[in-house]
Amino acid sequence: MSEINLSVNLCGIQLTNPTILASGILGTTKALLKRVAENGAGAVTIKSISVESREGHKNPTVITFEAGMLNAVGYSNPGVDAAAREFTNLQDVGVPVIASVIGTQKEDFVRVVDGLSAQRFSAIEIPLSCPHTPGFGLLAGQGTPQATFDITSAVRKVTKLPIFVKLSPNIPEICTIAKAAEDAGADAITAVNSMGPGMIINIEAQKPILSFKVGGVTGDALRPIAVRCVYDLYKAIKIPIIGVGGISTGRHAIEMIMAGASAIGIGTGVYSRGIDVFRKICEEISLWMQENGFDSIKSMVGAAHD
Amino acid sequence: MIEQPMMAKICDIQEESPCVKTFFFKLNLNFEPGQFVMVWIPLLDEKPFTISYIQKDLVGISVLKRGVFTNAIHSKKIGDMLGIRGPYGRGFSLKLDSNSCVVGGGIGMASLSILVDRLNFTSEGYRGNVTFIQGARTASALLYQKRFKDMKLCTDDGTVGFKGTTVDLLKDLLKKQRFQKVYACGPERMLYKVVELCREHSIECEVSLERYMKCGFGVCGQCDCSGQRVCIEGPVFNTEELSRMEDFGRITITKTGERVIHS
Repeated sequence: MSEINLSVNLCGIQLTNPTILASGILGTTKALLKRVAENGAGAVTIKSISVESREGHKNPTVITFEAGMLNAVGYSNPGVDAAAREFTNLQDVGVPVIASVIGTQKEDFVRVVDGLSAQRFSAIEIPLSCPHTPGFGLLAGQGTPQATFDITSAVRKVTKLPIFVKLSPNIPEICTIAKAAEDAGADAITAVNSMGPGMIINIEAQKPILSFKVGGVTGDALRPIAVRCVYDLYKAIKIPIIGVGGISTGRHAIEMIMAGASAIGIGTGVYSRGIDVFRKICEEISLWMQENGFDSIKSMVGAAHD
Repeated sequence: MIEQPMMAKICDIQEESPCVKTFFFKLNLNFEPGQFVMVWIPLLDEKPFTISYIQKDLVGISVLKRGVFTNAIHSKKIGDMLGIRGPYGRGFSLKLDSNSCVVGGGIGMASLSILVDRLNFTSEGYRGNVTFIQGARTASALLYQKRFKDMKLCTDDGTVGFKGTTVDLLKDLLKKQRFQKVYACGPERMLYKVVELCREHSIECEVSLERYMKCGFGVCGQCDCSGQRVCIEGPVFNTEELSRMEDFGRITITKTGERVIHS
């Protein structure tokens, strides 16, 4: 059996395979990032970091349902100074590490990027699209073309690392926002963040289950929407796309790549298939490529387009 | 699986000590000793607890009053409902037919009580012997004294039993007898010493760790201990696993996700 080459070059970052741990899942400590890398991820993203530490929302913060997951963690994180201490010597992780950076205003993004600049991150991701944390993302109006342009430009001025802008699937004009990010110097678009927010009510308690009542929807329910977003973005922008949303099998990954993604993010799949979901997906991609005559990931990117 | 709490009605409440109450529910949980469930009060909070009683169709959860959430549980009456999801995690692996020692400190006793039930009653041809050590600050904080009549007790202040820690008592016992396996649950500094002691004596040992938890099913990363998710790979770990976990006995994680020196 000839070895299938799954490597991809994402904005100059060499990945052994296209699977990336999505932000917010398991990215709290360097030890967990290393563990995910050992389980086959091509790259990993840390849990988002803000200037100050945050406890996030009260529990329950993460629950599941028939078609995915609902979460309102609320950006718990130790703040930039503690994060800079945690994520030292990142070469130990074994794969490229992406820093996810959040802020309530553009100056915050700049401060966090500055504060992490001494660590060996391979890229900066800025999610402007969280649907369930007051002061951040959609709830702070960051999901508009103007805000996206302003924040991305501000971060562009202070880092030479590739910048990935993570967008919401909620917004009909996702392509306009992606173009604003591209114009401001973003190197890739991560599409998409969780959708919604949604709500799940326990009917015996007669109350929403999440303490924040509403949360972002991910997993299977999100996948067709994410695939459509990536498909539309592929036509609208020139920079690469990291496709995220409900990918838990090799077939899902290939579908996302054919829609136009150069790499794929995995989050909820860690729940549905275990921490070795990355290795499993890579094996499934390899097998499918072998059976269907593809010899590189690149040759499949955008294959679904006319 | 769908990870959502189901509401269960409190059918009995038992006082175990001035600060600990056990809440009973008619529930059929496929629960193994050492696992945990998440207990929910709508719109307030949700936290991990162990099951401390399994009797036919009844399960009991022993709750130590120590904060806003556990105070709220303590104010619940028979007929009130709490949300429960789980069980989660990997429990103890039982070594039957052997002399074992079970070491509980404080509310850690709750997790061990059904383990001892299981070690005592499961197998008919069981020829093992269980020594059960309980440590507490003071006499009034001791738990389950009627339930387990021949426990070896120790208190920090000497009000009952051996004056000293569970570790001191275990050390003493090891001078006179040999155990094939030690199980422990309690404050992490106690667990650390128990593990060290067992390593010195080449005794198999498993301990149950506690970390602040969020999801309970391995995605949020909140309960990391040196790359191990305490909610999935734990909360029970054995000596060999713990020897590779540098954070054990040293570092815990706050609600913000910061790794800090264990108090």
